[in-house]
Amino acid sequence: MKTHAGEFNESARRYTADLPHRDLIQKALAGYYAKRDESKNRFQNWPGARDLAAEIKWNAINHLDRCLDEFVSKLEARGTKIFWAPGAQEARDYIIGVARKHKVRSIIKSKSMTAEEIHLNDALEKEGFEVVESDLGEYIVQLRREPPYHLVFPAMHLTRRQISDLFHDKLGSAPTNNPEDLTMIARRVMRRKYCEAEMGISGANFAIAETGMISITENEGNARLTTSLPKIHVAIVGIEKVLPKLSDLALFLPMLATAGAGQSITCYNTLYGGPRQPGEPDGPEEFHVVLLDNRRTELLADAEQRDALHCIRCGACLNVCPVFKNVGGHSYGTTYQGPIGSVITPHLRGLQDWKHLSQASSLCGACTETCPLKINLHHHLLHNRRNAVRALPGRLGKFLQSGFVFMMRRPKLYQLAARAGRIAQPLQRLFQGTILDPLRAWTKTRLFPPLAEKSFREMWRERKTP
Amino acid sequence: MTNREIILGRIREALKVSAPNPAIHASTAESFSLSASPQKWLPPVGKTLEQQIDLFRQNAEALKAEFRVCANMNEATEHVKRLAGTGDWKKIGRHRGELTDAVARKLGLAEVKTDGGYAVDDLESCDAALTECEALVAQTGSVLVSAPSAGGRALSVLPPHHIVLARPNQMEPDLTAALQRVREKFGDKFPSFLSFISGPSRTGDIERILVLGAHGPKKLTILVLP
Repeated sequence: MKTHAGEFNESARRYTADLPHRDLIQKALAGYYAKRDESKNRFQNWPGARDLAAEIKWNAINHLDRCLDEFVSKLEARGTKIFWAPGAQEARDYIIGVARKHKVRSIIKSKSMTAEEIHLNDALEKEGFEVVESDLGEYIVQLRREPPYHLVFPAMHLTRRQISDLFHDKLGSAPTNNPEDLTMIARRVMRRKYCEAEMGISGANFAIAETGMISITENEGNARLTTSLPKIHVAIVGIEKVLPKLSDLALFLPMLATAGAGQSITCYNTLYGGPRQPGEPDGPEEFHVVLLDNRRTELLADAEQRDALHCIRCGACLNVCPVFKNVGGHSYGTTYQGPIGSVITPHLRGLQDWKHLSQASSLCGACTETCPLKINLHHHLLHNRRNAVRALPGRLGKFLQSGFVFMMRRPKLYQLAARAGRIAQPLQRLFQGTILDPLRAWTKTRLFPPLAEKSFREMWRERKTP
Repeated sequence: MTNREIILGRIREALKVSAPNPAIHASTAESFSLSASPQKWLPPVGKTLEQQIDLFRQNAEALKAEFRVCANMNEATEHVKRLAGTGDWKKIGRHRGELTDAVARKLGLAEVKTDGGYAVDDLESCDAALTECEALVAQTGSVLVSAPSAGGRALSVLPPHHIVLARPNQMEPDLTAALQRVREKFGDKFPSFLSFISGPSRTGDIERILVLGAHGPKKLTILVLP
């Protein structure tokens, strides 16, 4: 069986050589950069906003028990059913149980990375429920039976032609090259689904402790319909989503929109505080909130990397990451792609299996610089590397390290090796990059820099004294 | 042990080791208290109503919404009539309210009122929705609606054209003020649904190209009545 690292390497190699794919991603992101900068510039002080956001979220995460207590008691007071899910299995079982109890057949879903994380759709489908993703991008990748490519833009790797072919194939629609026509095809399909579905499943962007509400951010209106029409609404919420106060949204909503999609504000920012209340004309009869741990508390226990739980899933770090832009979202093989995914996946799914993602970084720091919550992303990649080696020291690494130390302690030997290298390098060029090359791991995709003709020591000796 | 106790136990155990507070490393020299309004970092807003209406107009238009300040009720009604004519409306969805009643009376179209509940297909086949709101937000060009002020959850998102009727005194400078307004109004009895609507429904999921009317309204009209 291939390891996760092996799969990553193979996929990364394939995507990096796929020039049309790179072109598509670069073009999509160029538009994002321009809009993001415009939106940032409207702030009186974006760095100040980041500081404040980081401080607010630090307080939430470092008082997580109190925040969750308050959040839950406020929601329960208005008739919401809360389920605390220690792991993915418990969360899936609970949601399946709710669907069974109400004899649900059809389920409509709005976008939720937390639901992706626990592979909820697969579990529901296995139990015989029909689940339809209502977000356009998610619907497209669902029809292709593949995971989202990007936290925020699930179908950014596809061209309109591919989407037209997909709709033609799966829905029987006439081929078209017009994004608006394609959107309307999905709109018509989805309208029926909203009206028929007995259950709506959503995620949440924020959980407001003070007033007991979840906040959902979206552009399409699909989450609003998902949470309005079906008689049951289940929201799956990671425990780290809390914000202490309602007024915190005044900062976080514009920041999420700016960092996530370069918008000043997202089209719909909706707060849900319970099922339909007396006197209200519509809304679900039952509102369930599933609070998911699923090893988030393990990340919480790592004080050094705790701030990774501050993440609001805006996807900004993916958009600026040179590795993401070349290897593409699917190479990661994780729910959360890009730098944030490389940081948290080892905590959520095992350090040794996922440590390779922390190596797939140039440590350029673009992620840390762009993160609206100032999460120390590229340093956490280094922390993961260190922790992985500490937990399981590699033999080869140890051997090379001791060889290096041996040589550095013996200047004569070092000089001899350098001289030998200068003689050997022209020979090495003859079979550079082939199986005979001892430097193959490097030279199969790169040139090895030529060794200097003279060492510093030699130049120093030959210098002309004035 | 219940699941709740298990998870809260794990959290309390984890938090025994404290993490460095980012406030110490803040990049601005100013120290801020968490109770401070984020207003000094967010986009600026003028103090007077005129400035705020102007800013709202700019923002709403950038979001591809239509915004109009009407001199009187008659002007508003005439405008909605024109929209009804161009859109060839047969039936509208609405809720009971001072402003919606006044405008709907002059329209004389078939209606679906959501107040006491409604059939979903009936509302889905409406050509437009007429609602009121809680507040307008100058800073973002958003309309804040709630279940009681907008006829429930679906009325403002299901029909293809949403018309919002508002009063000038509902204009708030920013999101903080709008949230404070609903807090004061509802106290602890919040409605189950509150939403900031910023322009008509949209998507960029196909090659990041903007398309209006993804699942919700294709058009949003905001009318301010004296």
